[in-house]
Amino acid sequence: MSVSVLYSLLGSTLFSLGLYGLAAYAQLLRKILAINIMGSGVFLILVALAYGPGENSPDPVPHAMVLTGLVVAVSATALALALACRVQETTGSAQLPEDESD
Amino acid sequence: MHQKSGFSPASVIILLLLLALTGFLGWAIVSLPIQGASLRTQVLANMEQSGVKNPVTAVLLNFRGYDTLLEITVLFLAVLGVWSLGTVQILDKVQPGGPFLMALMRILLPAMMVTAGYLLWVGAYAPGGAFQAGAILGGAGILLLLTDVRFASAMARWPLRIALTAGVSIFIGVAFGSMILGGRLLEYPRDLAGTLILVIECVAALSIGITLVVLYIGSRPSEADRGVSVKSNGKRKERP
Amino acid sequence: MHPFSACPVWIIFLPLVNSILAFLFRRRGAQLGIVTAVGLVPPLLGLFWQVIGHGPQSYPVGGWGAPLGIDLYADGLSIIMLAMTAVVGIGCTLYATGYYSHGGEGKEKQHHQDSALFWPLWLLLWAALNALFLSADIFNLYVALELLGLSAVALVALAGGPSAVTAAVRYLLVSLLGSMSYLLGVALLYFAHGTLSLGLLGEVVNSSPAGFAAITLMTAGLTMKTALFPLHFWLPPAHANAPAPVSTVLSALVVKGSFYLLLRLWFQVFTATVTPSVANLLGILGVAAILWGSAQALLAQRLKLLVAYSTVAQLGYLFLVFPLAQGTGTGFSAWSGGVYFILSHAFAKGAAFLAAGTVLYGFGHDRIDELVGVTRRMPVTMFAFAIAGVSLIGLPPSGGFIAKWLLLNAALAGGQWWWAIVIVSGGLLAAAYVFRFFSRAFRHVGEISTCRRIPRSMELTALALALFSLGLGIIGPAPFEIIQISAPLSGPVLSGGLP
Repeated sequence: MSVSVLYSLLGSTLFSLGLYGLAAYAQLLRKILAINIMGSGVFLILVALAYGPGENSPDPVPHAMVLTGLVVAVSATALALALACRVQETTGSAQLPEDESD
Repeated sequence: MHQKSGFSPASVIILLLLLALTGFLGWAIVSLPIQGASLRTQVLANMEQSGVKNPVTAVLLNFRGYDTLLEITVLFLAVLGVWSLGTVQILDKVQPGGPFLMALMRILLPAMMVTAGYLLWVGAYAPGGAFQAGAILGGAGILLLLTDVRFASAMARWPLRIALTAGVSIFIGVAFGSMILGGRLLEYPRDLAGTLILVIECVAALSIGITLVVLYIGSRPSEADRGVSVKSNGKRKERP
Repeated sequence: MHPFSACPVWIIFLPLVNSILAFLFRRRGAQLGIVTAVGLVPPLLGLFWQVIGHGPQSYPVGGWGAPLGIDLYADGLSIIMLAMTAVVGIGCTLYATGYYSHGGEGKEKQHHQDSALFWPLWLLLWAALNALFLSADIFNLYVALELLGLSAVALVALAGGPSAVTAAVRYLLVSLLGSMSYLLGVALLYFAHGTLSLGLLGEVVNSSPAGFAAITLMTAGLTMKTALFPLHFWLPPAHANAPAPVSTVLSALVVKGSFYLLLRLWFQVFTATVTPSVANLLGILGVAAILWGSAQALLAQRLKLLVAYSTVAQLGYLFLVFPLAQGTGTGFSAWSGGVYFILSHAFAKGAAFLAAGTVLYGFGHDRIDELVGVTRRMPVTMFAFAIAGVSLIGLPPSGGFIAKWLLLNAALAGGQWWWAIVIVSGGLLAAAYVFRFFSRAFRHVGEISTCRRIPRSMELTALALALFSLGLGIIGPAPFEIIQISAPLSGPVLSGGLP
């Protein structure tokens, strides 16, 4: 199988690993990192498959999608981290409470 | 600090499900056509009219410029969101760096600035552009923030809001300008396309750099910081 | 260049530019909000006139045209969604001017800062909704979805306090998970078919493995964002703990955004990939949402939590559209029932949350058992809540009634009578939780609790939205012609005897 398919399979593995991390860990920072890993997996798939076999230059549209996606992911991570800090300040713990009672 | 042990039944089930998910995705990827349809030919065919020589920059800032506009808006939104959560007094948290760090900064910062400028300029011909330059500027800003107290106090006092919104504003301005000149939204006049893209990228790079520093600070500058200015020897002085 | 043809551009950029201005000029937030609300009416009317008169409109941004560029696209469904956003948006803007000018739920000093950033965030959310409803490019839809989700999260956290912030984090994590899943679907679709345009994809998507994976991923992501059972757990705390105008927008508009995208994808792009079993799965989860949401609403101790669980239940009805559209000849009836339901729920739930927010503002709490004498203190607000309740239960004449009627007809005509049972019992459960609140509200024993002065704007906007939901029931079949404009399904509207 070609190199690009190999990397994209790696990307899908990262996606699943990130999903596992999101579900398995209780601490907010780990959940945020897990989401970033999922994002990296998706971007890896996009970049890997942009190179078709026998082409000299990559397809520019997936690269542009990855650049846009990266900026969006950075913004989302910044907001998530700031919120996690606020949760730590107001509730004293860096985890989400298990129940949703008000 | 608790970590789930790898052997409880729930974990095993989750792992199996995720294995199935990976297999499912892998099956989908492997079945993709090898030489599938793509937009590459269309992009390359329209490159002369785009005003730049790098296909990715052409896609980002010309063909799909609307996406980039919304993406810079998302960055601005991050600042809004982070600022709405609280205030911080930056000056209480900043300490001047030691002599070795300051000497290193004297070499490193100009190099970073030049690199950022180069990346910005070369974006028209090779991989590069506003976001890459903005990221390096952001890094330089964070280093400066951690070591130089004057910069930190300047961050609280600047026309900071104008710097943060300059990128989005110029992009919207150019977009609407094209409409006023008789075209569609973001339809640059053909001979001006390269120049307009450069202008947008310059302002956007500065804006992105400042945004990253502000996101690093993490909270709205408090009113108390506004009234203080810092001299080069680190002493503070209240502004009248 | 015809000035009318740029209506979609104005609709998206007016709130966006005003958001930036509200950020730069901190004290002018409310005025800029009003300017946006008023300024959106002409381009919306212009777009309506264009679509109704000349069919679906397409606007190639940058002049390139799909698939190279991004197209803005408006058909019947889009303009109905935009109109819904505008009505609820104008109502919330007026409500917020009253809510934030006199101090709200928090301390006074905190309050000035809250209101300073409320306006840029809310206007950005409005811009994101408009961008979502007008876009015809699946990657652009991803960016618009993220813009929508992040602004909604920031608005939830604006209330401060531990419960709001934890609810916001939970909402953010679920929203990001949904977006990532959707983005992966976008990637698979692009590599399979080489285009990102909704229209072109609709022609080429078939039931290949990549297509099947893409629809699974995108459906999973979007149902998470629409709080379908069992991934609904983030919604009640987020909607209940947000500030009053924010809860309204969240329940009425934001969850509808991701559902709108799901409808577009299922009925316009993935028509060859859709299987009845997945549609039935969505329907079953919808039933679970109706039953679970109604049960939790019956048990809720706080008014805003009751209304939030009601949203979970009502969203379950929306997912019945998918199995109901599978029946022969029922497609369009199910589709228009779903669209009608989106509309009527937006108005009714909007009014309900505005009223609940006014109660919280006036009394300082919204514990149902302690809300004694509410109807005497706030007659207008309670009247609005009652009308909203009528629509939520589905009694005639209201938009909710017509929507449920359409869904019932689709169920019975398609031979899927089991969904009909669910629709009817859902209405009974809704009646139960609405009456539960009113039985306490009408009680006049004991002392009347003290209540703050309520700004007129807050009372009247709740009433206005409630009357809108009633009006929807009175104008009846008029929106059908609009819905029909380039709808993906065609066929008779099974009105079963309605005029």
